Amino acid sequence: MEQERFDAIVVGAGPSGNAAAYTMAREGLNVLQLERGEYPGSKNVQGAILYADALERIIPDFRDDAPLERHVVEQRVWMMDDASHTGMHYRSDGFNEERPNRYTIIRAQFDRWFSRKVREAGATVLCETTVTELLRDGRGKVIGVLTDRHGGPLLADVVVLAEGVNGLVGQRAGLRPELRPHDVALAVKEMHFLPQEVIESRFNLAGDEGVVIEAMGTITRGMTGTAFLYTNRESISVGIGCMVGDFAERKVSPYALLDAFKSHPSIRPLLADSEVREYAAHLIPEGGYKAIPQLTGDGWLAVGDAGHFVNAVHREGSNLAMTSGRVAGETVAWLKRRREPCTAAGLAEYRRRLEASFVMKDMRKYRGIPALLHRNRHLLDLYPRLASQAAQTWLRVDGVDKRTKENQILGSLRRARGLRGLMGDAFRLARAWR
Amino acid sequence: MHIVVCIKQVPDSAQIRVHPVTNTIMRQGVPTIINPYDLFALEEALRLRDQLGGEVTVLTMGPPMAEDSLRKALTFGADRAVLLTDRFFAGSDTLATSFALAQAIRRIGETWGEPRIVFTGKQTIDGDTAQVGPGIARRLGLSQLTYVAAIDEVDPAAGTMTLRRRAEGGVQELTTRLPVLITMLEGTNEMRRGKVADALRAARAEIVTWSAAKAGITDVAMCGLRGSPTVVKRVFAPAARAERAVLVETQDRSPGEIAEALIAGIGTRLPALHDDLLRAAAGY
Ligand SMILES: Cc1cc2nc3c(=O)[nH]c(=O)nc-3n(C[C@@H](O)[C@H](O)[C@H](O)COP(=O)(O)OP(=O)(O)OC[C@H]3O[C@@H](n4cnc5c(N)ncnc54)[C@H](O)[C@@H]3O)c2cc1C
Ligand SMILES: Cc1cc2nc3c(=O)[nH]c(=O)nc-3n(C[C@H](O)[C@H](O)[C@H](O)COP(=O)(O)OP(=O)(O)OC[C@H]3O[C@@H](n4cnc5c(N)ncnc54)[C@H](O)[C@@H]3O)c2cc1C
Repeated sequence: MEQERFDAIVVGAGPSGNAAAYTMAREGLNVLQLERGEYPGSKNVQGAILYADALERIIPDFRDDAPLERHVVEQRVWMMDDASHTGMHYRSDGFNEERPNRYTIIRAQFDRWFSRKVREAGATVLCETTVTELLRDGRGKVIGVLTDRHGGPLLADVVVLAEGVNGLVGQRAGLRPELRPHDVALAVKEMHFLPQEVIESRFNLAGDEGVVIEAMGTITRGMTGTAFLYTNRESISVGIGCMVGDFAERKVSPYALLDAFKSHPSIRPLLADSEVREYAAHLIPEGGYKAIPQLTGDGWLAVGDAGHFVNAVHREGSNLAMTSGRVAGETVAWLKRRREPCTAAGLAEYRRRLEASFVMKDMRKYRGIPALLHRNRHLLDLYPRLASQAAQTWLRVDGVDKRTKENQILGSLRRARGLRGLMGDAFRLARAWR
Repeated sequence: MHIVVCIKQVPDSAQIRVHPVTNTIMRQGVPTIINPYDLFALEEALRLRDQLGGEVTVLTMGPPMAEDSLRKALTFGADRAVLLTDRFFAGSDTLATSFALAQAIRRIGETWGEPRIVFTGKQTIDGDTAQVGPGIARRLGLSQLTYVAAIDEVDPAAGTMTLRRRAEGGVQELTTRLPVLITMLEGTNEMRRGKVADALRAARAEIVTWSAAKAGITDVAMCGLRGSPTVVKRVFAPAARAERAVLVETQDRSPGEIAEALIAGIGTRLPALHDDLLRAAAGY
């Protein structure tokens, strides 16, 4: 049999791989996508919030049939200390728009739906097929892949690495260094099931409305990390994650951390009487801009988590994954149309296009944050405590006059961190944020 | 040699739960799999094909989404897949199921050549009746061998098959004439991993989809609910009987001591079982 040669092989069927495969298939390319899971999404873990914009640019009418749980009408950001939280809530009826901006989803279902779209667009999708190695020609150009199935090799003009955060294919081929413990977070997550009415009354929701909570503070015990709680239709996703390096240093088990978070007095009542049915753990690339590896080379490019595209400050990942996948797909299709080969020089266009998009702009904006948090771990521990103390002092009516209370609060800040420390933190944070 | 394998898509029973209040089986959202017993039948068929040449056709009756199981069977290396799907088939019991499958196998024979072997699994994990295989054999007039543990030899020229069959109290070695229907026992072989070429072919293959009419079934009164004398009145989880857990300390104790502690525990709580055990143990 004549060996078939594909225009593109996509390794992985998460949001980035699906975006790339879909985009190329729609452009008429002969696309083969390989996924090691039993079905797309079977191995994937996410909170999960879906940002509509990124998907809309790929599948404009996705709302017609994508499995969406709830659209987000309320965002809570909580700074937690051991027994309290100081919070910011933003709720707006403006989020009840015709085309809502953010949704909660369940990845196992969502990825399956996306994969069906990829197949309908004409790509060939093989599941339960793990890519083991990249194949190169004499000059080092990537020309295809080997899998854990007998037979092959599978040949293509370009290989899109969409294999996620711990992409062994790229690592093994020397295209990407091994992940460093301080560039990657480990998150654990559980799904708590509750009747729909209970969720709606507990969170004050009607219809498909949803609430998301992002939390930080003493819940991570001085490690760099955050926790979350998202409402789905009939379940609540709850999870917590910290940098792998921190876990290793502190010898804290992620599950102990999650258990403590769930029994925090601000969280426990939200989960009361629920039934836990699933739990999962996954890595998140949080090293930021400086941890972005080489993105293109002769015959290959990397998208999504494999390209380290996660904006940890804003809890965005899947949208960067979809956007980078789409841009990669468009670049390959563009080269094809111009009858140019997928060489390193040709594929460099992908990086140029990414630089012009929000993906690289946001990655660049926060490039100082990971190092800042790593070196100033008190930021996520001390300030939530101080905020809580301040609120306690301020709100408790106990015969102490307000001027004295103000001085107590300022005094506690100064004692905890010193004026220089406070100003230094403010300055460093502002600089990293800029 | 043409071989037909019947497979059924079933809910993954490991993930089925019983509703705590209504005590009914909750099927929604439960992932589906190929009935695990049918994989032994399929692997045996593929092995024979590889050895003797010919083709393997997989057949299922079920809703349109049963296509997933067929595609999976193609990934393992089956040559062709037929989906029998029609609203007339809804609610079939074993009688109606074997009627429809037998008709479809006849049509498969007319279209791609008479099968000399038809395989089914021993039973399913959702219906558990083990009746469908024999029902097909009877209708097609095939020799019928159930609980087959191994197929040792097939001689297409002579039209014979030698096999081993599990029977009460031992294993039978039998020779039978083809064509034959085999219901395959579990644990008899290990499903292969399909080759790259098979996976590619499976992803792109057209699944042959037959309605009742296309399968040549004219008498739809024999199908589905109408053709099913069995009525499921109620499905429920049996109430748990009283459970009592007793912890036996194992630290620093020999296996003999642990066994004695167990027997003593049984002795105090379940004297009848205790006596039975002692009587049985007396023989050793
Ligand atoms: C408790 C109970 C509840 C039921 N509830 C329902 C219900 O709610 N709705 C309903 O429609 N029916 C119901 N049925 C009946 C029906 O679905 C049977 O499961 C069906 O007739 C097949 O019987 P079985 O699963 O016992 O197969 P078995 O006889 O155990 O299967 C033996 C072999 O036959 C083959 N085979 C069986 N079925 C098929 C098939 N469809 N396609 C291809 N090959 C097949 C497989 O190779 C299988 O290994 C119920 C049956 C029972 C016992
Ligand atoms: C707990 C948690 C919560 C998160 N919450 C959010 C959120 O709310 N919003 C958000 O936008 N982002 C969130 N993220 C981040 C988001 O999940 C990722 O950024 C996103 O999934 C990246 O998509 P991807 O396609 O690049 O990688 P993945 O989704 O990881 O997909 C990679 C795929 O490649 C497959 N694969 C890997 N290796 C091979 C191989 N060798 N051969 C074949 N297939 C292979 C895998 O099985 C997998 O299907 C969260 C992450 C975690 C862990």
